[in-house]
Amino acid sequence: MKIFALITHKDGVADDSALELAAAASALFPGSAPIALLTGSGSTLESACKDVAASYGEVWKFDAEALAYPNAELTRPLLLKALPAGSVVLMAHTTFGMDLGPGLSVKLGAAYVPDVVGAEGLEGTSLKVVRSEFSGQVSAHVHADVAAGAVVTVRSGAFRPDESRDKAGQVVDRSADAAGLASRRRFRSVVQAEAGDIDITREDVLVSVGRGIGEQENLELVKDLAEAMGAAVACSRPIVDAKWLEKPRQVGTSGQTVKPKVYLALGISGSFQHLGGLKGNPFIVAVNTNPKAPIFQVASVGIVADLLELVPALTEKINKAK
Amino acid sequence: MEILVCVKRVPDSAENEISVGSDGTDIQRDDLTYGVNEWDNYAVEEAIQITERLGGNVTVVSVGDGDTEEVVRREMAMGAGQGLLLTDPAFEGSDGLGLARILQAAVKKGAYDLVLTGAQADDGAAQVGGMLAALLDWPYASLVNKIEVQEGSLVIGREIEGGAQEFSDIETPCVLSIQTGINEPRYVGLRGIRKVASVEIPVLTASALGLDPATVGAQGAKVRRIDYFVPPAGAGADMLKGSTADLAQQLFELLKAKGGLK
Amino acid sequence: MAVAEPFSPATASMFARTLFLLIPLAGLGCFAWIIWRRIIPLLRAAADPRWEHFGVRLKLVLKIWLGQWRHPRYLLAGVLHIILFLGFLVLGARSTQLVVLGFRAGFTLPGFGGVLGEVYNVVKDYAATAVLAAVAVLWVRRAFFKIQRYAVPEGLGKDHTPEALFILSLIATLLLSESLFEGSLLAATGGWAAPGTLAWGFSHLLAGAAIPSLAKVNLISYAVHDLTFFFFLCLLPLGKHFHVITSLFNVFFMRVRTGNVKPVRHGVSDAQLDEVKSFGVKKFEDFTWKHILDFYSCADCGRCSDRCPANIVKRPLSPRFISIKARDHGFKRYPILGAPATEPEPLIGGIFSEDEIWSCTTCGACEEECPIGIEYIDKMVDLRRGMVDEGKVPQSLQKPMASLEKRGNPWGKLEKKRADWTKGAGVEVKSVEQGDTAETLYFVDSISSYDDRMQKIAQATARVLDRAGVDFAVIGKDEKDSGHDVRRFGEEMLFQSLRDQNTESIQASEARRIIVNDPHALNALKNDYANMPPVQHMSELIAEGVRSGKLKFRGVDDPAKTYTYHDPCYLGRHNGVYDDPREAIDGIPGLKRVEMTGNCRDRSFCCGGGGLMLFYEPEEEQRMGVVRVEQARKAGADVIVTACPYCMVNIEDAIKVAGLEGKMEVIDLVELVDGHLQP
Repeated sequence: MKIFALITHKDGVADDSALELAAAASALFPGSAPIALLTGSGSTLESACKDVAASYGEVWKFDAEALAYPNAELTRPLLLKALPAGSVVLMAHTTFGMDLGPGLSVKLGAAYVPDVVGAEGLEGTSLKVVRSEFSGQVSAHVHADVAAGAVVTVRSGAFRPDESRDKAGQVVDRSADAAGLASRRRFRSVVQAEAGDIDITREDVLVSVGRGIGEQENLELVKDLAEAMGAAVACSRPIVDAKWLEKPRQVGTSGQTVKPKVYLALGISGSFQHLGGLKGNPFIVAVNTNPKAPIFQVASVGIVADLLELVPALTEKINKAK
Repeated sequence: MEILVCVKRVPDSAENEISVGSDGTDIQRDDLTYGVNEWDNYAVEEAIQITERLGGNVTVVSVGDGDTEEVVRREMAMGAGQGLLLTDPAFEGSDGLGLARILQAAVKKGAYDLVLTGAQADDGAAQVGGMLAALLDWPYASLVNKIEVQEGSLVIGREIEGGAQEFSDIETPCVLSIQTGINEPRYVGLRGIRKVASVEIPVLTASALGLDPATVGAQGAKVRRIDYFVPPAGAGADMLKGSTADLAQQLFELLKAKGGLK
Repeated sequence: MAVAEPFSPATASMFARTLFLLIPLAGLGCFAWIIWRRIIPLLRAAADPRWEHFGVRLKLVLKIWLGQWRHPRYLLAGVLHIILFLGFLVLGARSTQLVVLGFRAGFTLPGFGGVLGEVYNVVKDYAATAVLAAVAVLWVRRAFFKIQRYAVPEGLGKDHTPEALFILSLIATLLLSESLFEGSLLAATGGWAAPGTLAWGFSHLLAGAAIPSLAKVNLISYAVHDLTFFFFLCLLPLGKHFHVITSLFNVFFMRVRTGNVKPVRHGVSDAQLDEVKSFGVKKFEDFTWKHILDFYSCADCGRCSDRCPANIVKRPLSPRFISIKARDHGFKRYPILGAPATEPEPLIGGIFSEDEIWSCTTCGACEEECPIGIEYIDKMVDLRRGMVDEGKVPQSLQKPMASLEKRGNPWGKLEKKRADWTKGAGVEVKSVEQGDTAETLYFVDSISSYDDRMQKIAQATARVLDRAGVDFAVIGKDEKDSGHDVRRFGEEMLFQSLRDQNTESIQASEARRIIVNDPHALNALKNDYANMPPVQHMSELIAEGVRSGKLKFRGVDDPAKTYTYHDPCYLGRHNGVYDDPREAIDGIPGLKRVEMTGNCRDRSFCCGGGGLMLFYEPEEEQRMGVVRVEQARKAGADVIVTACPYCMVNIEDAIKVAGLEGKMEVIDLVELVDGHLQP
């Protein structure tokens, strides 16, 4: 069976998930040579295809004006036309993936395996994966009959991206398949979130502060560290409740969901509600005076120390090295 | 507008610590309480608000057994005019597609302008709505957080990454999956539930729905959950030690290596 | 009057006499009409039986109405008002006499001839003078000083000062015209006037004037008085001075018990509630007649709002404006002229906002302060019942309410874990769940059972009970939340369900007394539940132990610290327990305790609210707990002792938010005692 990976892109650059999907393809279908699928229009599509060609042996390009903005209702009939029977399509479990995937699996007559967090492998026509249920409280082994193909969505960060970029992928123009696409859902516009001038969800590096900071004045130390690191300041709920920082800076189930690469948790205990806003697989450094704080269960690196001493020392080190 | 809302009975997972049962085939259910899936509740509220503004009826449907009836009844206490229960032993073990097929049969029995589901439920698959739309061959939109009714179509907003909102026109009849936060669901108190305690909720079986048992239930399932297990807890953090100066140095180097410094 | 009068209004002319007969007739007729129009909504309102406890009510009238008991709580205004009030009462007889004098020369009230009459004349003249002095002070105060509690917040209409000054001016006119009337007569007859009084002043001023001139002055001042009097009388029911008439009734019919909440509908038993179509207050006519009388009686003094913690932290609630807005709404719907409104008008979304009504912590400071006996808590609860009935419950409260329904506690924690706290108590704790019986039942309630921090209070309670030799047991996993705040947040049916379940467990335990550490539980069991054995709070038990010597304490651990006691609303104001906790604390040798003067006992400042209020997300500028902690600091304390787990939550949080960690501590009374029990 042919394995495809649906790649999303913006402004000519492929989404991070492109490399994760390549890795996922290897894990789920060992030995497969996945084909990247990109839809869009014009030069941005062109660059994105080139970008992705280094990671996939073959890239199928679907260029059409109607596809300029990704519309699952158009992509679905397109893929139905373009893909051979019994194909497997991998995509990221994003709002687009959730929009496209379920219906696509029905139209293809294929199994739908959503939000995969781990791979066990393929046994004959049985695809064995790991999923997470009940907000991550339990995991489940799931087997899917993929004899007639599958649509698989992959959770962001579940697979380490395949950074090899060693394939000289061929870009194949399949735009003919995109001719005459119509749907009963028409895109109008996108309205950005009114986050004010703070959007921690886009930040790669976050310095997050919790109750352990003690007094409001001490926040200055944290702000200095963030500035030295080129990072943004985030926080846990009590800091917002105390009105020391604005709500858009709060990480947690009742605040923002963030997917940074590096997360410094200063004086944060690590409650379930806070951690619920921390996704992906960030490198977490936790500093807390309580060695029993739950944050140390999930952190990559932990330090039992007084952040009021450690933070200025670290800031100084960073600034000296600049 | 004639609106059908599909709801699911799920364990209340607020303080409930979901844990794996002794033999791993299911979660520990002894101490669980159940209620309507949170996303579905938002969908019902939205449907009620639409009909309050524009007239019409809201029907709440669920696939399940006698226990599921209490969830349907609660949504009726909220203000849905009709309830519908789809019950049959043949439905047991259905995967997402099986459920979508069962619901498709129920949709075909009525004359609905709009079908709503919650964006996802306890298993996080977020699939039934999209599958149902494809089976019905109706347009679909997921994660809807705004609905504006027009003549023959809707203007909808979808919640996409970064908290942004994507607006589209969609023709009716269509299927929408509803995201939390689209509205503020009204409270349903004990009194409301008592008021609908004796209202009749029709039950439809596989044959009443014209369903071939082979296409639903465990028989028709392509995707099977084999067990539940607890993801191995990480060994915990790598604890650093040393004087403040030492620690600062170690941290500095680690952050540099991990891309924490710009 | 034995001396023949040289002139009088009744004999001035036929015209005058007729006029002075017609004015009272027209005035009284107009007044009667206005009063009738004001009564109409009371007839359409909900029932409210208020005749029982007749003796208690009489006492309240004597103490609060006649004795003006609550007035001196705001000293200057209070004393001035007492003068005004007593003056009015005294001058009532004179005013009546004056009216009749217009058409019946030489009239005196029956019994006022002779010595009584003479004495009265002196008293009334001094009264009039005192009242005028008070009016002058009040006028200046109102016109030139910006008293905070009279301020009208933005969006709530125009300033009320012009109305106040107008009324004061009318009163002054009445006093001056009456004294001039008297003075002119005395100047003509050369009679004696009580020295230093207005009448005396006028009589001297006019001494020597010609009789015809005096007669004119007398006639004109009479006419002014007559017209002003009836104008004033008819004006009273049109504004905040309606209280002049209604206050007597409002106090007579005021609530005689504290801590309880009115039933959904008087006269409808719990079993019949399913038949009630609509719960709570949604429109004006859903209020009871007493509540509408409350609205009429509001004197706009602002004392309630001045003490209201929600108002002080700038939540959208001001109790004074609950009354004023409702009153004006009622006046609009039931005008003096024109047909009363027939279309129902929803109050929520109209004159009241949802947040305004959810902001109330039911602390009772407003009701404690009001000199006219206006009630607020029942109205808030009724308005909330109305919102719950329509599903208008804030999302932040829906989750705990659902958890209370499913699990019997607002956090949704497992029932079987309710008694887990007993494992760390250090003493054996019997439980009905395990088949034990005991003479005393310790009703723990939800927060002390489940909250990590508050479990320590439950554990301390168990140890102190053990030391005091009390044979006690807890219910165990069948104990449900008392439902105290469920009821006060308007979910009556859920409250009843919890109440019924608990009642069954309590009766099955066969305990002969109940002990609690949680004042909300105390209030629920005492005032919301029926057929309960006597309920006591731990502070009462500890104080008893101190008095009897059963509980002995060693010297205070840290004599350098200054302690202060925070009166929890549901222990203090609502249940009158003020002294026992203090006695308990003072039982610890060497402990230094100060009072938060002006903010203690029945003027205690609410910590922020308990029960479901912990989940509500209010709009406020500051936390109530922070205000309280600052009050403690100002009093010179570094340790706050409280006797309520909700106060503990709020004050602990507030200490952190206020940045006073390390400078201020909080401890529960039972923990304090437990920590000082002699080994």
